[in-house]
Amino acid sequence: MTDHAYNFAYLDEETKRMIRRAILKAIAVPGYQVPFASREMPMPYGWGTGGVQVTAACLTPGDVLKVIDQGADDTTNAVSIRRFFQRTAGVATTEATTEATLIQTRHRIPETPLTADQILVYQVPIPEPLRFLEPRETETRKMHALEEYGLMHVKLYEDIARHGEIATSYAYPVKVGDRYVMDPSPIPKFDNPKLSDSPAIQLFGAGRESRIYALPPHTRVVSLDFEDHPFTPSKADHACDLCGAAESYLDEVITDDLGSRMFVCSDTDFCRTRREAGQVGRLGGTLEGEAA
Amino acid sequence: MSGPLLQVRSLTKTYGARIGCADVGFDLWPGEVLGIVGESGSGKSTLLSCLAGHQAPDAGEVIFATAEGPRDMLGMTESERRRLSRTDWAYVHQNPRDGLRMGVTAGGNVGERLMAVGARNYGSIRETATDWLGRVEIAADRIDDRPRQFSGGMQQRLQIARNLVTGPRLVFMDEPTGGLDVSVQARLLDLLRGLVRQMGLSVIIVTHDLAVVRLLADRLMVMKSGRVVEQGLTDQVLDDPQHAYTQLLVSSILQV
Repeated sequence: MTDHAYNFAYLDEETKRMIRRAILKAIAVPGYQVPFASREMPMPYGWGTGGVQVTAACLTPGDVLKVIDQGADDTTNAVSIRRFFQRTAGVATTEATTEATLIQTRHRIPETPLTADQILVYQVPIPEPLRFLEPRETETRKMHALEEYGLMHVKLYEDIARHGEIATSYAYPVKVGDRYVMDPSPIPKFDNPKLSDSPAIQLFGAGRESRIYALPPHTRVVSLDFEDHPFTPSKADHACDLCGAAESYLDEVITDDLGSRMFVCSDTDFCRTRREAGQVGRLGGTLEGEAA
Repeated sequence: MSGPLLQVRSLTKTYGARIGCADVGFDLWPGEVLGIVGESGSGKSTLLSCLAGHQAPDAGEVIFATAEGPRDMLGMTESERRRLSRTDWAYVHQNPRDGLRMGVTAGGNVGERLMAVGARNYGSIRETATDWLGRVEIAADRIDDRPRQFSGGMQQRLQIARNLVTGPRLVFMDEPTGGLDVSVQARLLDLLRGLVRQMGLSVIIVTHDLAVVRLLADRLMVMKSGRVVEQGLTDQVLDDPQHAYTQLLVSSILQV
């Protein structure tokens, strides 16, 4: 049910135009951070205000929206953003990756491969990959403009010097189309290979930092690394305890105070689809049993 | 190589009505160390930052003998200038905090320039960094310590290693021994002199410490109120100063 006090998808049409212009520019220059006039949204910064604005600008009444938070459809962030657009846009929502036309995500890329009919919108806390090494915005912009990315490797060097390997496991810096170094938002580095050559449009919105950037379909995205310390997408060395999937990204769940733990797919839709198809993991009972 | 490495012609920089430096000109030859001395406010730091491209001068020419031939620095694009400043040039700041990344380990600091010019092999970067720490007398086991944990003298030596690692041809130094005590200064100067001779560096060193230029510089320029008042061979200028200000400067040194 649309709440008629709001314009479609909350933002006024002029704002959506402004955001669409930024999105078009971002798609035209893959990986480049386009400034935009980020609006106050009725949710706190850090809850996806950038992603919400990008989603609002992209939504059409015929869209089917899916919102995920750390892979899950049923956590606070996902539920509240989904409800937000149900109320303000009246669009259909879904939890199934394959049915969605627009997916807003926080910190994960769905396990199910995306298609050319889908848009993936990321929520980004800090869009500048060089920020923690170079605090000056004027300087980082100059470094992007002049393609001076040696500093990014200093970060990886520091990782190896301190931990013996590249310990950066999320927000792992990538180079887009041989040009811009980009922060892929805090997705696990396990998801990095999915960024590259994806048929879906990938849009990144940072509300507090007022930046939008994008990956057009089939863009080459390379994770930075050293010749002798190559990039490895890592995950917990287990299979999902509910659905038995060995190839999906897993969350570790501590189940009591005696050290028992289980590993479950972080992508809840992927896990449920597999269980509905009859796949069972180490601890996975039937779906009906769990509901009780 | 034939011809000077750096030719400066009537370089002028004003801050509004005030003169930063005016009508400065000199040639710097490969392997030569040029000292610039003068009191505070005499324009020596302004001159250095104009030469190094940190500030844009109002008039004049700075012609650097790049690998592809002489180029006017002021006509270069910023990306060319910054590329030069990572490869052929080095800039040693007075305060090592300005020249180092304090939150990055010693190895990372030395390796940064290598990575900036495209080194992508961790093993070889680390090997080069270890080698350079040795050359500036920092123990190899300090490679993973951060500059904060170093003494002032060590920080300054680390800054020098970080700058020289890519084998620059021209080094700008702004009071490299300022803020260090005399025994540490002496060691640093000794080290610098060794590196300069060994690598055949051309150096422009700005200082107000005449002992530093006496030890390091082949040639000396004395500045006052933004203008060069006297220049010549270091020993000549210091032992037989002609200009009244140079005479004052030389006679102001306490004889211990």
